[in-house]
Amino acid sequence: MSTESTTNPAPAGWPLWEVFVRARRGLAHTHVGSLHAPDATLALRNARDLYTRRQEGVSIWVVPAAAITASSPDEKDAFFDPAADKVYRHPTFYEVPEGAAHL
Amino acid sequence: MTVTPGYLLALGDDALIAAQRLGEWAAAAPEMEEDIALANIALDQLGAARLLLSYAAEELTAAGRTAADVAASAPPAVTELTEDTLAYLRDDREYRNCLLVELPNGDFAVTIAKLLFLSAYQLPLYAALSGCADERLAAIGAKARKESAYHLDHAALWTVRLGDGTEESHRRMQAAVDQVWPYTHELFAPEPEAPVDPAGLRAAFLGAVEPVLAEATLRRPDDGWAPAGGRTGVHTEHLSYLLAEMQVLHRAHPGARW
Repeated sequence: MSTESTTNPAPAGWPLWEVFVRARRGLAHTHVGSLHAPDATLALRNARDLYTRRQEGVSIWVVPAAAITASSPDEKDAFFDPAADKVYRHPTFYEVPEGAAHL
Repeated sequence: MTVTPGYLLALGDDALIAAQRLGEWAAAAPEMEEDIALANIALDQLGAARLLLSYAAEELTAAGRTAADVAASAPPAVTELTEDTLAYLRDDREYRNCLLVELPNGDFAVTIAKLLFLSAYQLPLYAALSGCADERLAAIGAKARKESAYHLDHAALWTVRLGDGTEESHRRMQAAVDQVWPYTHELFAPEPEAPVDPAGLRAAFLGAVEPVLAEATLRRPDDGWAPAGGRTGVHTEHLSYLLAEMQVLHRAHPGARW
């Protein structure tokens, strides 16, 4: 959806912003969606109105979509497939010491 | 200090008519994001209106008043006096809202100017009410003041962006401020017996509005013509059209529910 919006800007030409919301203290900010706004201040206000009106969050980040460098679907094989057969990268070959909880 | 039903009606009617006007922007605002922002603000106002008009209806009922006493055009079958009686069955002469909120939305700049002045009045009003001796009114004030703070913030941001924007946006924003300013005087007409005397709120109002206008490179209009009459039921011609649209369903189908 965000790719589509980038190529079809709003009629007024407002830039696209990606919105991250933290649901509770102690959790990480999570991407929730995107919106159009003329500047960062209004992007934050719009994010408040669009994404936190049902008490979804306690903190909001807005990031210009243009500032995000994303991996391309074309690079999927080169980026992610080599990890598939390297089970030794998972920490499953260690003896768990006696008494170590929550591992 | 006495909390009279008339005082509650004035506050509640301000919020109700402001909500109805802002609601007209739904699906018609310049941007989808602004559409939702204005609808949110409208719903805040509607929420405050319901609390205030419910309180007014209970006080009026306790004082022995009937639906026919407050809404002359109420059908004879309606005897119960509720928030709906007040909202849907009173005529314009029975409404106590200020003229500011009933003015047409105009362009986006006029809407923002109206919201800026209304919220700069409601914020110190609700803040003062939150400390008043009447517990129920204090609770309503405490809830609404946070909402008003956001409405003021939103209107101020747009005032600055339009006023200090392009030549055309500056021209329109200045025209809007000039057009709406005279209607702000009515908000501060002295009412010494009220829980919060409106006359004492003008300093806070100017303290909020003047820096915003300055930052927006807008001229603060001179004080002169001061239209009034809303608090005594003498309204502009715009209110009866607004009420016709707001009330038509309830009057055609009494007691209709979603």
